[in-house]
Amino acid sequence: MKQKWQRVGMIGAALAFSQSALAEYAYNLPTPASKVAQDVFDLHNLIMLVCLGIFVVVFGAMFYSLLKHRKSVGHKAAHFHENTTVEVIWTVIPFAILMGMAYPAAKVVIDMKDTSNPDMTIKITGYQWKWGYDYLNDGVSFYSTLSTPREQIEGKAEKGEHYLLEVDEPMVVPVGKRVRLLITANDVLHAWWVPALGAKQDAIPGFIRDSWFTADRIGTYRGQCVELCGKDHGFMPIVVEVVSEEDYAAWVAKKKGTAAVAAADNTRTFEMSELVTRGEQVYQANCAACHQANGMGMAGVFPAISGSPVATGPIAAHIDVVMNGKPGTTMAAFAGQLSDADIAAVVTYQRNAWDNKTGDQVQPADIAAARGGASEAAAPAAQ
Amino acid sequence: MSDAAHAHDDHGHGHPTGIMRWLTTTNHKDIGSLYLWFALIMLFAAGSMALLIRAELFQPGLQLTNPDFFNQLTTMHGLIMIFGVIMPAFSGFANWQVPLMLGAPDMAFPRMNNWAFWLLPMAGLMLMASFFLPGGAVAGGWTMYPPLFIQGGISYDLTILAVHIMGLSSIMGSINIITTILNMRAPGITLMKMPLFVWTWLITAYLLIATMPVLAGAVTMLLTDRNFGTHFFNAAGGGDPVMFQHIFWFFAHPEVYILILPAFGIVSQIIPTFARKPLFGYASMVYATASIAILSFIVWAHHMFTVGMPAAAQLFFMFSTMLIAVPTGVKVFNWVATMWKGSMTFETPMLFAIAFVCLFTIGGFSGLVLAIAPVDIQLHDTYYVVAHFHYVLVSGALFAIFAGIYYWLPKWTGHMYSETLGKWHFWLSVIGMNIVFFPMHFLGLAGMPRRIPDYALQFTEFNQIATVGAFIFGFSQLLFLAVILKTIKGGVKATDRVWEGAEGLEWTLPSPAPYHTFETAPVVK
Repeated sequence: MKQKWQRVGMIGAALAFSQSALAEYAYNLPTPASKVAQDVFDLHNLIMLVCLGIFVVVFGAMFYSLLKHRKSVGHKAAHFHENTTVEVIWTVIPFAILMGMAYPAAKVVIDMKDTSNPDMTIKITGYQWKWGYDYLNDGVSFYSTLSTPREQIEGKAEKGEHYLLEVDEPMVVPVGKRVRLLITANDVLHAWWVPALGAKQDAIPGFIRDSWFTADRIGTYRGQCVELCGKDHGFMPIVVEVVSEEDYAAWVAKKKGTAAVAAADNTRTFEMSELVTRGEQVYQANCAACHQANGMGMAGVFPAISGSPVATGPIAAHIDVVMNGKPGTTMAAFAGQLSDADIAAVVTYQRNAWDNKTGDQVQPADIAAARGGASEAAAPAAQ
Repeated sequence: MSDAAHAHDDHGHGHPTGIMRWLTTTNHKDIGSLYLWFALIMLFAAGSMALLIRAELFQPGLQLTNPDFFNQLTTMHGLIMIFGVIMPAFSGFANWQVPLMLGAPDMAFPRMNNWAFWLLPMAGLMLMASFFLPGGAVAGGWTMYPPLFIQGGISYDLTILAVHIMGLSSIMGSINIITTILNMRAPGITLMKMPLFVWTWLITAYLLIATMPVLAGAVTMLLTDRNFGTHFFNAAGGGDPVMFQHIFWFFAHPEVYILILPAFGIVSQIIPTFARKPLFGYASMVYATASIAILSFIVWAHHMFTVGMPAAAQLFFMFSTMLIAVPTGVKVFNWVATMWKGSMTFETPMLFAIAFVCLFTIGGFSGLVLAIAPVDIQLHDTYYVVAHFHYVLVSGALFAIFAGIYYWLPKWTGHMYSETLGKWHFWLSVIGMNIVFFPMHFLGLAGMPRRIPDYALQFTEFNQIATVGAFIFGFSQLLFLAVILKTIKGGVKATDRVWEGAEGLEWTLPSPAPYHTFETAPVVK
């Protein structure tokens, strides 16, 4: 493959990337890791073979004609046209070929749509720009965001092996289990896709659609959001780790422990420095994509937080924007996405970072109060 | 007759000159030229956006654009190429050629013709101007899917207005073309004796009239959702975001054929000329075109296999989509059978027409692959789809436009173009085009989503190849501009018939075609 590349040799020195050594050419769908993906793989190969056959016959005839039936070799034009027999034949034969393709394709369609009798069900929610996973059987919930550092994207650091295809919290499933996916979205359309597992489904706000897969092999499978969802559409990957059943049980136990710690945080009172440190992490993960790490936003699209009237004015209004968002804009409602401690921390950070030297402090209790009694159950950490 | 026409024109009767001539013209030839120049300018505008996109994608990481501006580029590239390049170019051909081919003195509604054209530059200006508004141009994809489209700024409303105006222009153009074809044929030209180009445009015009109001309805609902508190596409208010996709694709799938049927027509004129042999199956070509047009209304949801339809709906749309391969196959077989045992020469129009047949068919095969619902679910919204529709729209629609320009330019200007430059343009375009778009099949199969400004490292090589091809293809189009300008300025005098094998009324006229033609209808046996 490398030699072929050098033979093509069109690009020259600009191509001498260190990372090109990591990449390799692939000419077909990725190696399937589930039955559905295998079926699609086989179906695609079959259709390509049929197309190739037709291509060779039709264009063989055409290129023969281009060579032999040209004026420069003295060929005189015949004057035949219209021939019902020929025309019927070249209508019927393609039709028959299509019927031959339709049958196996229909079988796979029906199989893909059958989401009955799952061993476990995971609800997946698309957000601008991250994925939320809720394990309905095991009671585990978390968000999964891109973990590639900004410096790599901006070319200030060497790009890692899984550049743009790595997340902080992968989705973990046991091998050989039939996993049903309930897919929805919180804001705009997204689409959840892991090529090797053969599952792709649009995530539609207000509607729940389902899909399924059974992973055949232990391993890590990577995918991306495939429905344009705004600025960071290219930066919300999906990582699925397929593990043994024992490892899966251990993972569930660990996640439940982390959730208990997070819940405890919501009733604590934090020091100012703790709030700012935690707030900065929350800010980088949830806010910096639009409002930028320096708090300056992007003119005309995303407002600045540094020096903004919201972040330097009344605290209650600031908390309200963070918790409830701004309808009709990209600003999401974070009340359902972040815990009380995280919201308190990020608001505190925003009110003290950059030009905003307000000295204000917000505690988880303030957020709990803002939620009010009724919506308390909506806080994820309370689950 | 033609000399008299010339004199008539030269002395004029108060015809304005300079810019006012073009603003007020009701002459089908002037308006045809205006459409074609507009399309060419927009081709360079939207092509520059494509080069910026490809430059950004030359290597992983963000170098030249930020993700928001990148999305603006992909969106506007798509909108302008469709509504500002391919459609106006075909309207330009229709304006020039339909009256000439039918022996009509002009279009049926010359004043409406003027208005239909002059709406377009206004819409084009609005689209281009939206880059300079706060928040920049539309970044939600040319498909304008809500809810993302609801989030945007003022340029989104401006784009909706521009789409309305372009739709209006298309509807007026279509009414004009249909009326001209049905009422103004010279005596003796029955429907089944019309040149195939006229047939394809007649069917295209019906498609436009049927679908443009659907698009207008869809974008109007977006407008009211954005500004007037309706919830057509907002689930929280009882609406359905997927409904937009159904309405949009009910317009946009026939639109795909609006973008290709006139190309079929142009190629069906050119191949018989240079094969010196009549089109193999004229009647079956007409029926195949009509079948494609009718089928185009019942396949729309194949653009939406991943939204989660019931299995029965998926099967229906899969089967109906596969069925389109039959009439499309008939067309390709007919072109090959027309070449078979001909006496072919390979001037630039023929070269582009042959490239059209081969490369459009590759786009047809990838279309068949995508018609298979389970495979489509894997490939939907990946670069495979980008490769597919560029094979049909670049090596399909655009190459047919190039072929048509080279074919009729001598008739329009009275001069032969430079065959050497034309061949350079052809070979650079066809090679460049394949270097850009062929690797995109592999990118899509490997899992690269479309509309992303940055990508994982395993996609690097093919993206670099594609970018190199894009620059070859893009810059070769300057050669095309040079050929056109050179031919307009001068060159070998074209004969009336121009091409040895050319058949049809337009070739009975002098070259260049006089300002007024067929003031007395010709007699056709």
